[in-house]
Amino acid sequence: MPAVSKGDGMRGLAVFISDIRNCKSKEAEIKRINKELANIRSKFKGDKALDGYSKKKYVCKLLFIFLLGHDIDFGHMEAVNLLSSNKYTEKQIGYLFISVLVNSNSELIRLINNAIKNDLSSRNPTFMCLALHCIANVGSREMAEAFAGEIPRILVAGDTMDSVKQSAALCLLRLYKASPDLVLMGEWTSRVVHLLNDQHMRSILPLPHCLYPLDFNPSPPFLLQIVSSASTDLQDYTYYFVPAPWLSCKLLRLLQCYPPPEDGAVKGRLVECLETILNKAQEPPKSKKVQHSNAKNAILFEAISLIIHYDSEPNLLVRACNQLGQFLQHRETNLRYLALESMCTLASSEFSHEAVKTHIETVINALKTERDVSVRQRAADLLYAMCDRSNAKQIVAEMLSYLETADYSIREEMVLKVAILAEKYAVDYSWYVDTILNLIRIAGDYVSEEVWYRVIQIVINRDDVQGYAAKTVFEALQAPACHENMVKVGGYILGEFGNLIAGDPRSSPLVQFNLLHSKFHLCSVPTRALLLSAYIKFINLFPETKATIQEVLRSDSQIRNSDVELQQRAVEYLKLSSIASTDVLATVLEEMPPFPERESSILAKLKKKKGPGAVTVELEDGKERGELNGGGDRGGDASTPSPSADLLGLRSTAPVSGTTPSAGSLLVDVFSEAGPSATSAGVNDDGFLSSAPPTVASEDPAPPLPESDELLNKFVCKNNGVLFENQLLQIGIKSEYRQNLGRMYLFYGNKTSVQFVSFNTTVSCPGELQSHILQLEPLVEGGAQVQQVINIECLTDFIDAPLLNIKFRYGGALQNISLKLPVTINKFFQPTEMAAADFFQRWKQLSQPQQEAQKIFKASHGMDTEVLKAKLLGLGTALLENVDPNPENYVCAGVIQTKAQQVGCLLRLEPNAQAQVHTHKCILLDSMLIMCHQCKSILNSC
Amino acid sequence: ITFLTLHFLSSPAIQIRFILIQNRAGKTRLAKWYMQFDDDEKQKLIEEVHAVVTVRDAKHTNFVEVRLYACLSCLQFRNFKIIYRRYAGLYFCICVDVTDNNLAYLEGIHNFVEVLNEYFHNVCELDLVFNFYKVYTVVDEMFLAGEIRETSQTKVLKQLLMLQSLE
Repeated sequence: MPAVSKGDGMRGLAVFISDIRNCKSKEAEIKRINKELANIRSKFKGDKALDGYSKKKYVCKLLFIFLLGHDIDFGHMEAVNLLSSNKYTEKQIGYLFISVLVNSNSELIRLINNAIKNDLSSRNPTFMCLALHCIANVGSREMAEAFAGEIPRILVAGDTMDSVKQSAALCLLRLYKASPDLVLMGEWTSRVVHLLNDQHMRSILPLPHCLYPLDFNPSPPFLLQIVSSASTDLQDYTYYFVPAPWLSCKLLRLLQCYPPPEDGAVKGRLVECLETILNKAQEPPKSKKVQHSNAKNAILFEAISLIIHYDSEPNLLVRACNQLGQFLQHRETNLRYLALESMCTLASSEFSHEAVKTHIETVINALKTERDVSVRQRAADLLYAMCDRSNAKQIVAEMLSYLETADYSIREEMVLKVAILAEKYAVDYSWYVDTILNLIRIAGDYVSEEVWYRVIQIVINRDDVQGYAAKTVFEALQAPACHENMVKVGGYILGEFGNLIAGDPRSSPLVQFNLLHSKFHLCSVPTRALLLSAYIKFINLFPETKATIQEVLRSDSQIRNSDVELQQRAVEYLKLSSIASTDVLATVLEEMPPFPERESSILAKLKKKKGPGAVTVELEDGKERGELNGGGDRGGDASTPSPSADLLGLRSTAPVSGTTPSAGSLLVDVFSEAGPSATSAGVNDDGFLSSAPPTVASEDPAPPLPESDELLNKFVCKNNGVLFENQLLQIGIKSEYRQNLGRMYLFYGNKTSVQFVSFNTTVSCPGELQSHILQLEPLVEGGAQVQQVINIECLTDFIDAPLLNIKFRYGGALQNISLKLPVTINKFFQPTEMAAADFFQRWKQLSQPQQEAQKIFKASHGMDTEVLKAKLLGLGTALLENVDPNPENYVCAGVIQTKAQQVGCLLRLEPNAQAQVHTHKCILLDSMLIMCHQCKSILNSC
Repeated sequence: ITFLTLHFLSSPAIQIRFILIQNRAGKTRLAKWYMQFDDDEKQKLIEEVHAVVTVRDAKHTNFVEVRLYACLSCLQFRNFKIIYRRYAGLYFCICVDVTDNNLAYLEGIHNFVEVLNEYFHNVCELDLVFNFYKVYTVVDEMFLAGEIRETSQTKVLKQLLMLQSLE
């Protein structure tokens, strides 16, 4: 192999680089650079035309100077000139300069594109690659406009060399990422598929995902060949005795873009592949080098990802888990880390959850002893993932004890996890209260508002734990130094339930009050405000404390406090306590009503920290909205007041209606002079703690688009396509269904060059369906596409499709779009094959009027046999051939899978000569009529 | 519909965000960007990567998850991971999505280093300094548009030898 000597070929460059390296100071370096720049400038401006070599040398020097971090404002033209040189070395420097330094200078772009065009058509593979690499490196829109049409041609041309094809494919990918609208594969797709089927290594290796059409299935036999080292032309690709590790990973990853193959034989071979990979992991290593084991394990981890993706082979899942279990104690830190990470996903599969749990001691040990904080973090993640009712107490205890010494970087997340697990698996709520108070004691600074809001909500909603909570919090407050969050929880709980422990002279009302008030001067303004509210509640609970508390309120430090909020509270509470009768006081200061049950906003917070995928249950982002309960659909119903927004009116904001005669009104409301204009029966949708203006009507989800029914019909038979498109936004959909479960991938494409802000989507389902939606980041960049996953479970028969609402701001204007998600009952069809006798016997059994529906309609698109067949299959049923005695008729059978029940369904289509179509179907559900109707739409659509 | 199908599968495709070679002092020896960043963002990323990578020792993993604030506008505050390996005084770092295959990229780095070693005959930091424009060629042969392009050392070296022979 050639050893490249120092800067061979360009002595001047090497000398210059040496000079720079020898500079003793930054000043000296700048001086040397300026000298060189002056020299180059004079050469470029000089009368004497420079030869190619000199031009190359000077352009290369400029590039070096730029890479050192200095601005370069000339030389672009000379670099462009180099592009048209016939010498590779000159061309290469020209292209490099352009790739690193060029901006969208319009004149130059035209010249550059011209040079690229020439090279692309030069038939010289070296020059073609240089040009393609330049396009791939710059990837600008101008280049996409100029070459998006040309590159596919190069990719599929028969006489293109493999290495050029590689570059062309990746080049196309880059353009596609930058300007998806310009790369239209259209007519080329079928020829690209042809390329894919060419088993030759080089052509398949670099093809990016975007070139694979949806129905292409990377062939398992090929994969099998590789993993079992049966292929002979892979020698060049063997890396430390592992055949083609990167290609194997790529194929395994590609398979994760597809649902499991339906063809039993194909699936069988795939399982065989995966087993082979798992077997290989057990074989003794062919080399002691870490490269060997890394390459082998790269494939193994990718295979495990695929096994998890399929989540249908219990045997493989358990084997994967056992393999990872071995890695948990491996001496390579990398492997321990990856095993913990991978096991986290295995823990969420019903097939492997138990197997993962067996490693609990090892994982706890990792949490305690690993040196790398990121490994400890993964151990904590895994403990969280494997937690269930059986081991919750142990895991929470371990996490709590780890918290005492945990790194600052992961404390907040640990706190959230402990809080979630404690709530989720609380059997007795005193354990829950203890856990949370411990959490505040150990890591008070990291306990976010959501956590202490939540413990209060739960205590308020569960009267069996209120006395215990009051006692525990009273004890916790006795500590000489306790965290402000403890004071908040203490103030709130004693204010509500202090009476439950007041019988004990050690915690008599005055003792309680003095204890709270001893912390007062140490606290911040919001906490003081909360304490003041607790005091007024004390006056109601314990009349004997009235005088003491009034005195406190009357003191200058309260009533003349420089903070307006505190001053106002002191004045108002003092007034209230002196003029209101006991009855009024008791009404105003009544115990808080239970909070409406909602899922925890702590989860949302954790998700926000970890990014999607890290948490199993995902909720709306409650943090920014400052809500306690995460939900966004707080109803505008006066009979269910919503005290959840602001526990004690810690911040003065638009209150709910002062006229609402509900006992649950907020304290502050009572005093609000003339209710603000926003008061209505409805409760502000925006969350009280947010600084946003009161909601306006347009923030409500828009009614569904008029065309959404039509859209729904379009998707009855297909699972993928464009759901919606306007000037701003394109929504693509891809969905897969298995039994009563569906998963939908929505692709939101921002068609503009401006970012969408506050991008937010919600799904509202009819009661028969359940959905989980993974929330997106609120920003969608111009030209970007984001993906969202929605999981749907069909509980029982349903009629109405779920509604998807999308809101975002585009240039300040609120966009509000509602669509029907194409979930129709037939998506949950499982095709059923049956013989003629069977079919008709069942057909006859289903004779009750409510078991049958019939529709006669006109086929508006003719009745081509193949089209009809395709549509009926698209419906999800099995098309039964040779069953109906009349060959003109079509009969189908399927089972609708819902969580509650499985419903058999038979269908007969009787086309007749006048282009009329009959459908009969026998089914036991209400949705039968809808189905019938759908059937008609399907057959009439497109 | 053809257009659409292509659309769908593109989502998981973005892979390498950038490749950096830095020395212990933080001097950049190679920076290859596969996404649009402006110069300030690039500088900030270079500093951040240096800060997270140099504090780690041999007992640590070769992977660091980072929240890249610097490129807020393009990457939307997402988590990424830096996969790195240290060779003498040089850190070779690749930034990829958190879901990408760690070990495949780790060995991707090693494969690249072995090619450099063969090409420059016992490569050292100075080779990368004096021949910076050739290092870019090596990178482009092995990584392109954020994807792994060619992994066969034999093929890459053969191609480099051929290019070396050209004028």
